[in-house]
Amino acid sequence: MNFLDQIGLIPLFPLLGAVLMLLFGKRLDPQPASDVAMAPELSAPPSPAHGSRSRLKFVISLVCPGMVLLSFLLSSAAVWQLARTPGRIHQVIQFTWVAGLPFHMANGHTAVFQADWGFLLDPLSSVMILVVTGVGFLIHVYSIGYMAHDSGYYRFFGYLNLFVFFMLMLVLANNYALLFVGWEGVGLCSYLLIGFYFHKKSAADAGKKAFVMNRVGDAGFILGMLLMLWVLGSVRFTEINALLRGSGFHAEVAGFGVLSAMSLLMFIGATGKSAQVPLYTWLPDAMEGPTPVSALIHAATMVTAGVYMVARSAALFQLTPATSAIVAVVGAFTAILAASIALTQNDIKRVLAYSTVSQLGYMFVALGVGAYWVAVFHLFTHAFFKALLFLGSGSVIHALGGEQDMRRMGALRQRIPVTHWTMLAGSVAIAGIPGLAGFFSKDEILWQAYSALQGSAILWLVGLITAGLTAFYMFRLMYLTFYGASRVPPEKAAHIHESPAVMTVPLAILALGSVLAGWLGTPKLWNLGESFRLFEDWLAPAFGPAVAVEHPASTEWLLMGLSVAVALIGIGVARYFYAIRTDIPGRLAERYRPLYTVLYHKWYVDELYDLLFVNGVGKGFGRLCARFDLRVVDGGVNGAGWLTRFTARISMWWDTWIVDGAVRLTSFLIKSLSYPVCILQTGRVQAYAFYVVIGFLAFFGYYVTR
Amino acid sequence: MYPVTTIHYLALSAALLLIGTVGVLTRRNIVIILMSIELILNAVNINLVAFSHAYQAVGGQIFAIFVITDAVAEAAVGLGILIALFRNKETVLADEVDLLKW
Amino acid sequence: MLADTVLFYIFALMVLGGGVLTITRRSAVHSAIALIVSLLGVAGLYLLQQAEFLFAVQIVLYVGGIMVLFLFVIMLVNLDIAAKQRQFNRQWLVALAAVGAAGIEIGYFILHGKSEFRIAELGARAATAPGLGNTEVLADTLFSQYLLPFELVSLLLLVAIVGSVIMAKKRI
Repeated sequence: MNFLDQIGLIPLFPLLGAVLMLLFGKRLDPQPASDVAMAPELSAPPSPAHGSRSRLKFVISLVCPGMVLLSFLLSSAAVWQLARTPGRIHQVIQFTWVAGLPFHMANGHTAVFQADWGFLLDPLSSVMILVVTGVGFLIHVYSIGYMAHDSGYYRFFGYLNLFVFFMLMLVLANNYALLFVGWEGVGLCSYLLIGFYFHKKSAADAGKKAFVMNRVGDAGFILGMLLMLWVLGSVRFTEINALLRGSGFHAEVAGFGVLSAMSLLMFIGATGKSAQVPLYTWLPDAMEGPTPVSALIHAATMVTAGVYMVARSAALFQLTPATSAIVAVVGAFTAILAASIALTQNDIKRVLAYSTVSQLGYMFVALGVGAYWVAVFHLFTHAFFKALLFLGSGSVIHALGGEQDMRRMGALRQRIPVTHWTMLAGSVAIAGIPGLAGFFSKDEILWQAYSALQGSAILWLVGLITAGLTAFYMFRLMYLTFYGASRVPPEKAAHIHESPAVMTVPLAILALGSVLAGWLGTPKLWNLGESFRLFEDWLAPAFGPAVAVEHPASTEWLLMGLSVAVALIGIGVARYFYAIRTDIPGRLAERYRPLYTVLYHKWYVDELYDLLFVNGVGKGFGRLCARFDLRVVDGGVNGAGWLTRFTARISMWWDTWIVDGAVRLTSFLIKSLSYPVCILQTGRVQAYAFYVVIGFLAFFGYYVTR
Repeated sequence: MYPVTTIHYLALSAALLLIGTVGVLTRRNIVIILMSIELILNAVNINLVAFSHAYQAVGGQIFAIFVITDAVAEAAVGLGILIALFRNKETVLADEVDLLKW
Repeated sequence: MLADTVLFYIFALMVLGGGVLTITRRSAVHSAIALIVSLLGVAGLYLLQQAEFLFAVQIVLYVGGIMVLFLFVIMLVNLDIAAKQRQFNRQWLVALAAVGAAGIEIGYFILHGKSEFRIAELGARAATAPGLGNTEVLADTLFSQYLLPFELVSLLLLVAIVGSVIMAKKRI
């Protein structure tokens, strides 16, 4: 059975699930407000008897996760077969999707734009499909439990499946055009899912914000793609890679050329999708959506699409050091900015959102310095522990009946143990403690930032500081949520319960992944053997030969030790502030009130954007359009109406005076002409006799005068 | 004036004719009108007989006979109409019979 | 000759006078009587012209028939009210003018046509053939040369009889 040729089916299973939900969802789950999902805290209490829910609801629970499971199994089989394919690359083109007319390229040759419905399975996309389908499946299972009491059950699963379909299209596409289809599609699903509770204004606004910011980035993507078409003549990955790695193109070491422009535009697209500066403010607001959405889309998969795309364009970025430098700097800046904001946030999901932005920054740093496999490796491990942390926070929120503010949590460790232990595993992983997944990937990034050809010490320093901040705010989260005294309001405290198995089992699996996944990419330094460096070897064919820079081993050990130390310091400070002397945070906030306020308000970036774009451009343009509509368009309509009335009046005048006048004139003429003759007819015989005499006179007179 | 020639008779006839015409045109009483018509007819007769005598032809007199006959018939019918009119309208004045006025 | 002239003038006076009286009297009976006088004058004139038959017919028919008829009708139709009304209608002046113009025209015609019609000469006395009086001559001509008109006239009389009977009926 050749699974490699069937990779076209992988995206289609979840699409089938989405279509089934569209057609039959309402019938399977006909809750009165099924189309209208209310946020948990706003909706009415769950239906009185569980039996009153549709008995067919379980079909939804089976079908949708099942589809993702099918995709996962097919992906696994295909990847297994890929491993035994020489060259580790397999392309399946099913049909030509878009065929264009010939056009002229920059170098004068003629090319034809052709985008096919084709799929490419190589090491990079294989990692991605396994992550998407695997983590996606676990999150689907989790959602069965999390969304159980939610109205809009079928709609949620439909959208989720649709998202998985688009994401798989994105990572499996063999050309930029089809990738863009997936790109846009996940943006759409993100909008639909963020605004899932569309009756809440904040949710609807957040969805709109996410979509609009995405679109800003997409403009860059499209321009980059068109530039690529113009310069290189194709959008297919294999052809582009062959061209770029061939002899025709040289690295633009000295400054900024066409290729740099191309890669910069593509990177702008990536910033929109992956929430880098300046297009990152939508991600924290996206927490309005249900927690599984945050876990899947805004932690593990959609936001990593940007990373994937840049990695896919590695051949291009390798030729443009200027842009790569920009990528690294932007990534580092984003990382430390987001981490600084996360220090002061009180909403558990917000902290995790900023953490995601920060970790994505790390990935871009790795991409910027040319360590593409490291970025993908971090993507891989991050998927595990970030999804775990989000699902765990969802479990906490579920246990507390909708509470998200950490200031009203505490001492939950005993009450929800499974959630606690799994979240602890995730926190330790993200903090970068050796042994767990996060350490290996983050440490490798830091090392590459320092040691790679395009790396620099400054990048490394920023990354180090960020790591410390990461450890701090993660354990601040842990301490505030699970330890210490309980600040939970009494009426909620009574209902605290552990989540059902359908939610805790995925947590456990992800925790296991957080622990073990890192061991696939151990540093060469540790010399643990080939199988523990599987990741790098696996991805090697996709990125071309890496440029090795020689550094003494001692430097690497030193840096490794420093990063561990920084992590431990971060954890220790968090413990000190939130477990031992809980008064210090308050006092620090007071003493450094200005700094605290700035951090708490996210560096006022949202306000700045509001001023510049929303109010300035948006509302200003809106006012202009309104004025145009009122004056010009309505004026035109009114003018047409006035013209009609005016013409009608002329017509009426004409009709009354000229047409009727002619008629009346005719009758008047006839009457006046006949009047003299009428006078003669008196009815008296003697008058007629008189006329006879007159006639005689005339007649006789004629003869007399002759 | 001494010898009475045909012209005298013609002048007389013309005068009588004119008198009769004035009577027809002027009087309101229908009976008088009818009588005036008789005058006219007599004037014609005088004329006819005068010429018949002048040319010694008898045709003129025969014509006069016919005229008299005609006058008789016409007087009879005319008076009959007058009586019918008087019965319906109680008037014998020509002025008051103007139903055919426009 | 003088007798003829005098008689002529007497009869002419009767005719014209009677005519004028006819048209100017208020009472219809007076007008009828005046008309009778006029007709008698006409009859006299016929006699002067040696038309004896016509003289007789005139007296018998016209005066004795038609005028009697007129008088009958005058009596039948109550003309007392009519006698009190205005006698002349409103167009009398204009009618007079027109008739005057007509008179002038006729006069002019007669004067100018004198020579054409040999009418200035005396009327010749007819040669009286023995046994042939005016009546015989009339009869001869009437029943031979003018037979058709004679018959037609009889038809005319028939129509007149029928017409007058119908006219005078109370209900047709």
